[in-house]
Amino acid sequence: MTVRSMIETIRLTLEDEMARDERVMVLGEDVGTQGGVFRATEGLKARFGADRVVDTPVAEAGIIGASIGLATAGMVPVAELQFLGFAHQAFHQIGFQLARFRYRTLGRFPLQVTIRAPYGGAVHAPELHSDAFEGMLANAPGLKIVAPSTAADARGLLTSAIRDPDPVLYLEPLRGYRLVRDEVPDDEHLVPIGTARIARPGRDVTVLAWSFQVVNALEAAEAAAEEGIEVEVVDVRSLVPLDETTIAESVSRTGRCVVVEEAPRTAGFGAELTSTVQELCFLDLEAPIARLAGWDTPYPMPLLEKDYIPGTARILDAVRRTVAF
Amino acid sequence: MPRVDPSTPEGARAALTTMWTIRRFEEALEDLYSRGLLHGTNHLSIGQEAVAVGVCGALEEGDLITSTHRGHGHCLAHGADPMRMMAELLGRVDGYCRGRGGSMHIADVDAGNLGANGIVAGSMTIAAGAALSMRMQGRDAVVVCFFGDGAANEGSFHEALNLAGVWGLPVLFLCENNQYGMSMSQDSSTAGGSVAARGAAYGIEGRRIDGNDLDAVHAAAAEAVAGVRAGGGPALLEAVTYRYRGHSKSDRNLYRTLDEIESWRNERDPVDRFEAAAVASGRLTAEDVDAVRAEARDLLRDAVQRAVRSPEPTVDDLDGAAYAGRSTAAVA
Ligand SMILES: Cc1ncc(C[n+]2csc(CCOP(=O)(O)OP(=O)(O)O)c2C)c(N)n1
Ligand SMILES: [Mg+2]
Repeated sequence: MTVRSMIETIRLTLEDEMARDERVMVLGEDVGTQGGVFRATEGLKARFGADRVVDTPVAEAGIIGASIGLATAGMVPVAELQFLGFAHQAFHQIGFQLARFRYRTLGRFPLQVTIRAPYGGAVHAPELHSDAFEGMLANAPGLKIVAPSTAADARGLLTSAIRDPDPVLYLEPLRGYRLVRDEVPDDEHLVPIGTARIARPGRDVTVLAWSFQVVNALEAAEAAAEEGIEVEVVDVRSLVPLDETTIAESVSRTGRCVVVEEAPRTAGFGAELTSTVQELCFLDLEAPIARLAGWDTPYPMPLLEKDYIPGTARILDAVRRTVAF
Repeated sequence: MPRVDPSTPEGARAALTTMWTIRRFEEALEDLYSRGLLHGTNHLSIGQEAVAVGVCGALEEGDLITSTHRGHGHCLAHGADPMRMMAELLGRVDGYCRGRGGSMHIADVDAGNLGANGIVAGSMTIAAGAALSMRMQGRDAVVVCFFGDGAANEGSFHEALNLAGVWGLPVLFLCENNQYGMSMSQDSSTAGGSVAARGAAYGIEGRRIDGNDLDAVHAAAAEAVAGVRAGGGPALLEAVTYRYRGHSKSDRNLYRTLDEIESWRNERDPVDRFEAAAVASGRLTAEDVDAVRAEARDLLRDAVQRAVRSPEPTVDDLDGAAYAGRSTAAVA
């Protein structure tokens, strides 16, 4: 085990997977010479060469479309999008070619594609560089979506994503790239896709979060503990497929649930979670499920972002209200 | 009549003032950023001023532009007030969009700037549509679509040129070729090696010009705009220039040499070149040049001082702001 930042862990994991399997390759804008805008691919071109670490033109539909072709013919591409907001240029390729290829072809083609994309707010970046768009692609069957909140999970989920037979969208928290640091296994480490993680056990209320909001939820849980409220924080970490068992087991035990996300509220992924919890835990619920989300606007300018996305204070407030209900 | 004619003394003075205003504006951004007063990413066009000033100077009242993530020059050259623009970048209520747009999405409706765009090539088809709209309404306005060399590799570039070509639209596609898209040189990213040459595929005449020679940019743009306005269909210019600063703050310049940057700065700077040309041709005196520099410095100092005093918006501003009604009410 070594304490590492999330970005360092992602870089290391890419390197390990490329060393392990020579079909694994990286492609994207500025991933080679520059080592990626956030340096997630630093040093990879020097070690593996320009054939396996491909600098592409600015052409996201091309990057993802080419990844599909590469995979069907036997390579294992890991595509980088500089920000999830640029996935829209490739929306059709991701949601409706990549995700549907297996279904249409009866699974006869390999489709081992990973798309890495940083996202999320609180880094003073403008709209399209901060918005949480995961919900838009969660509605595209055939695509798996994971979003780690710890460096260890970043390693475990990236390794699993690259080796998964299905395409995986791997979401990296911009805010957590350097802020999140924890003990990371030095050797091969896999976290099964489709499993949630109890990030902090507690008996009074369950907070469901993913990506950087888990960090905020843990902070809120700490503060709540001082008031005598024991919060259980469940790191959803795999949005598609969803670990309904762990989530339902937790909420049934606590009887209360707060769902936290950064996206605009209307049709955000939190609505999916809320509905799932309501169906699975109806008879155990002691309070309405509370939902925290962004506003129904584009991501705002830096001066307002603290009011836009849920942070520790809003989570703590929702926890108090839900427990007092 | 074009707004600015740099071949005259008054026009030369106006063009130089705008070039200095842009440069001082962006230097002020660097300063505000280093003092923690400006948040987020800014893409600076220092070294590229002649493109924005030459092209926008060739336009008339009522003409439209679409801009890019590196659009401060376009915005100022198309008539923005530096104070309101600075307020926008600082996220304040006196900004053109109440701070909602910021550097990457500022728009100046009154001046006819349909907006910068945080998405590379994001404005290109919008420009084609605006041009069609102008024609359908019988207005003889021209739309200038600014875009970068990197943007020419996005699908939207090709869709926009094809639409403009097939519909014969009044749009001038203006490629600001600063030779890199982030770390990627044009050579390594662009099949065929030239954006101008791509025009031929869409029946559009493309020309490559020296983007650091204000007189040359203005002359080429004026000619192209006149042809477009006369109903000759779209035009394409590729203005070769150079960005001195990193792509954005985090750029470590791993993809080019310091020598390369220095040689452009020392030998081909567009402001230096225009000052020298204007003085040599007798359009301006050395005293005029000094006066223009001082004027731009004072203008910016004043703009910054007023912009930082503009109030910050509150979160209530977001309520309903994405839909008609509230969004416009907040601005009125
Ligand atoms: C669709 C999209 N992809 C990627 C980016 C990130 N990005 C911002 S600017 C840029 C390079 C653009 O190059 P160019 O068009 O030459 O403009 P320049 O920055 O040189 O002015 C990239 C890749 C983006 N903003 N939008
Ligand atoms: Mg460029």
